[in-house]
This record gives sequence, structure tokens and C-alpha cells, in this order.
Amino acid sequence: MPEHSYTSRQELDQYVFHGAVTVLVPVAAVLLQSVLPRLWGRLEILDLPLIVVIYFAVSRRNPIAGTITGTVIGLLQDGLTGRPFGINGIAKAIIGYIAASLGFAVDVDNLINRVAMNFIFCLLQSALLYAIARFLVADPDAHLRPLYQLIKAACNTVVAMPIFFVLDNFRHRD
Amino acid sequence: MDSFFVRFKNPLVLVIVVLLQTIGLAVQVQRAAGPAGDPADGRKISQLRYWSTMLVTPIERVLHGGGSRVRNVWSNYVDLRHTRQQNRDLQNEIARLREEQAAFAEDAEQGRRVQALLGFQHQYIATTVAAQVVGTSGSDRSRLLLIDKGLKDGLKPDQAVITPDGIVGKLRDVWDHTAQLLLINDSTAGAGVILESTRIRGIIRGAANGKVEINNLTSDSRIKPGEHVITSGGDGVFPRGLPVGVIESIVPDPEHQPYTAITIKPAADLARLEEVLVVTGTQTTLPEQAAQDADIAAATANAKRAADLAADKLPSIHDGEPPADPAAAGATPAGPTPTVVPRPQPALHPDRYTPGVTPPAADLTPGAPKGTTLPNPVTPSPAAPHPPESDASPKPQT
Repeated sequence: MPEHSYTSRQELDQYVFHGAVTVLVPVAAVLLQSVLPRLWGRLEILDLPLIVVIYFAVSRRNPIAGTITGTVIGLLQDGLTGRPFGINGIAKAIIGYIAASLGFAVDVDNLINRVAMNFIFCLLQSALLYAIARFLVADPDAHLRPLYQLIKAACNTVVAMPIFFVLDNFRHRD
Repeated sequence: MDSFFVRFKNPLVLVIVVLLQTIGLAVQVQRAAGPAGDPADGRKISQLRYWSTMLVTPIERVLHGGGSRVRNVWSNYVDLRHTRQQNRDLQNEIARLREEQAAFAEDAEQGRRVQALLGFQHQYIATTVAAQVVGTSGSDRSRLLLIDKGLKDGLKPDQAVITPDGIVGKLRDVWDHTAQLLLINDSTAGAGVILESTRIRGIIRGAANGKVEINNLTSDSRIKPGEHVITSGGDGVFPRGLPVGVIESIVPDPEHQPYTAITIKPAADLARLEEVLVVTGTQTTLPEQAAQDADIAAATANAKRAADLAADKLPSIHDGEPPADPAAAGATPAGPTPTVVPRPQPALHPDRYTPGVTPPAADLTPGAPKGTTLPNPVTPSPAAPHPPESDASPKPQT
């Protein structure tokens, strides 16, 4: 009986996206992430690919899909930086997995949940990036900068809300 | 066993994905930190980076082109109202700079002679390629830009990138039609520099917060905020003498005692880069245009020196002239100095030696007593310019 209940919840809440949306939205996010700081340098505080990873992961509620989505988007981001491949890939893979797993536990369509989720995942990603840079890459210049990370998480949360509402229009039940 | 994999399918996938990436990361870090110390990517990694860049660069070019057209409409048709004044200001500045250039020409020539004697090979910028910035890395941990020129335009990795204000960075990965520009404020970037007045050598590095720092110098009372920093040329990337920036602050570096963290404000605005110049060639002699400018400056300096010399020898040629207006002088483009023919001043007390008062020889009678033919002294004509008293009065005998 619990097995049946679990399947029902999964079937009820899982969303799917058109193939074009699955490809174009992450590419658009990475593209905007690359272009916006050129218009105004302070916009580099945003992490649009992270917002997209969180959204797709919680909407699909599939940890494997969340992991792969996070990995692909993260590696794409790494390709645009001068850093080794895998820094963003690992961080976003973990975020995608946790976000998809969280989708089973909370109502991710609720605004307050979305705000809390984005804020926490942004901080978590900063911690992961710091840990990777410090312990895997052995970068001596890696610093956590807590205040900056809090501001960054707040800014990304504010930007994520309208993006989530826009992307809601492209999802449909399986 | 099957039930284990089915039950833990999700975390297993995560572990495998993270593990694979960790191994890949370790290989890349090992390669960069190996004995060769080659920071460049391997062939496969470079290929991955190429595809990542190619995915976004074409769209960025289109977006940048559209934005440029809008900006051009604004700048070409709407924002022209101050152009005339700006043109005047620029002409004034050119004239002023020519004057300065003339003043420095002799020192520069002397410096070049000394360098030639010492066998010093100065690298001058010979050729540059102008490029547009079309994108960024999109990360606050990586200060890297994408430009719209590449191998097809003669660009190569490790070429210096500058603006008229100062150095910007160097090329990292270069592909056919695009290239990555590593800014000097990236934590993996560096350049050899000299503090302009104290001549202390250092190495600039990017900090995690996006600032440019020198952190390999110990505390030195001679180093002060406001000092200009220029490239030393020792890194083999940037030619010597290019502006880097100005020292902003000097504080002890708590993580690397006894060194100090000298923060530099870059001369180029790294946050608002639109166009950059990639230095594609250097030479040991002055470029043709620069040599012509140097010749003109030297000629101007010589003419100025000759005029100054004449003014010293013949101070009266400037007597009675109103003092030159510095602004007006600055507005006049420097050219050949006009030749001034000195004229004698009218005498205050004419005597028989004064020109014009001695009678012609035909009027003189041989053997006649003195004074019989000498006309009365001629007083200066009222129409004649009266010299200023201060200049004309004789110096008191000491």
C-alpha cells in the first residue's frame, strides 16, 4: 500500500517539459549569464543557470534527471570560465539531486517554499564551490566571504521568483 | 543484489557522476601543477571548452551587433551636440601634449642612446588588432572575457591585450573566430610591474574579490598610495612601460607575513570594456609613426631652445609685449618658430654716436673746429615708441 501511495504522488506531481524547452532554457540561461555582466558588471552576482537547475529538478522530481541536468549545465558554465572542468559540474549535480529529492517532501509550487529553497540552495552551492576550490583544486585564493554569499543568495532568490512563474507556463503533467 | 541497485539507483548515479567529475578535475589540476607547469588545457579539454564557447558566442555576437547599432544611432545622431566643444578641447590638448612631447624628446633620445650603449632591447608595440568584447565567463570567480577575433585575425595565446588607458590582460584560449581574454584581476593572472617613481619591481595578481594586488613585496616606506605602476616587460607578455594602474592602498597581508598587500586601481576600466587592442607584434626600434612624432618633437624642442637662447641673449625683443596668455598659447598648434629680427631701441639721450644724428660726410669741413657742424641733439619723436622705464634704464654700476 505505501508503494502505491508513493507512485500516485509521483505521478500526480511530476512534470515534463518539451524537448526544445529542456535544451533552450538552460542555453538561454548560460547565454544571459555571459552577456548580462558585460552590460553591468554587478550582475555577475546572479547565477541564472543555478535557478534553472533548481527549477527543472524540483519540477521533474527525478533525482537522476536532476543530477544530469545539473551536471550538463555546470559543465557548460565551466567551459566559459578559465577554471578546470567539473567545479560547477559537481556543485550543480549535487544541487540538482537534492532539489529533485526535496520535491517529494515539500510543495514546491508554494511561494514561500520557493523562496526558502532558492535561498538555501544558493548558499549550499557557494559552500560546495568553496569546498571544491579549496580542497580539490587547492586554490589558495578561495574565500567564502559569508556576507557576499548572503547578498548573492538574496539577489538570486529575488530574480528566481519571476523566472519560476514564467517557466511554469512551459511545464505539463506527464 | 538487484534490489540494492534498484533501491539505491538515484544516489548511485549521483556518486558515479560526482566521482567521474572529481577524477577529471584531479587530472586537470595534476596537469597544471605538474613538472611542466603547463596551465594550458589538454587537447580534449580544450575541445570541450571550444564547444562550450561556440554554443554561446554566435548568439552573443548577434546580441552585441544589435546593441552596437542602437548605441551607434545614439552616438552618431543624438549625442553630437557637444562634439564641437570636445573637438576644440581635444585640439587644445593635442597642442599641449605636443609641447610636453617636445620637452621630453631630448630626455627620451638620451635614454635611447644609453639603452643602446647597454645593449638593452626595448620592445615597442608594432602591430595591434582591435577586438570587441562580446561576452563574459558569467562567473564571479573567473574574470574572463570573450572577444570577437581569433586565429584567423592573427591572434595567438599569451598575447598582451591593452586599451589606450592601460593593460587589460592576455589571451588564454584562441579559436578561429573568437578568443578568451584573461583579465589581470583574475586570480590565475599575473604580470611583472615596476613602481614608476621608486623603480621597485613586483608582480601583480588578481585577488578573489576582483581587485589587482601586488603581494610579493615587503613593507617599504618609499611605497605610497597614488604611485603609478607600469609594466616591467620581464614577463615576456606585456611590453615595458605600459600603464597598469595606481596604488590604492597598502596594508599588511595577514596571510603572507611579512609581505604587504598593495592594492592597485587598474588604469583600464576592467568592468566596462568594449573594445580592446591585442598586441600581435613588437619590435626593438621605434615604430615608423612614433619615430616621425619623435623627430617632430625633437625639431620643435630645438626650435624652442633656439628661441629661448635668443630671448636670453637679446632680452629686449620681448620688451613691451603683453604677457602671453597661457590658454591662447595652448590653443596654438606648435609649429616652426617665426624668425624675429631685433631692432635697436631709440636712445634716451642721443649723442653724436646715435644713428641718424651724424651729418653726412659731404657736409663736414676738414679742419673745422669741433661743434661747428654738429647739429643739436635730436629729441626722440613723440611717435616713436617709448620703451618701458624698467627695461630701458641702465643697470646701476656696482
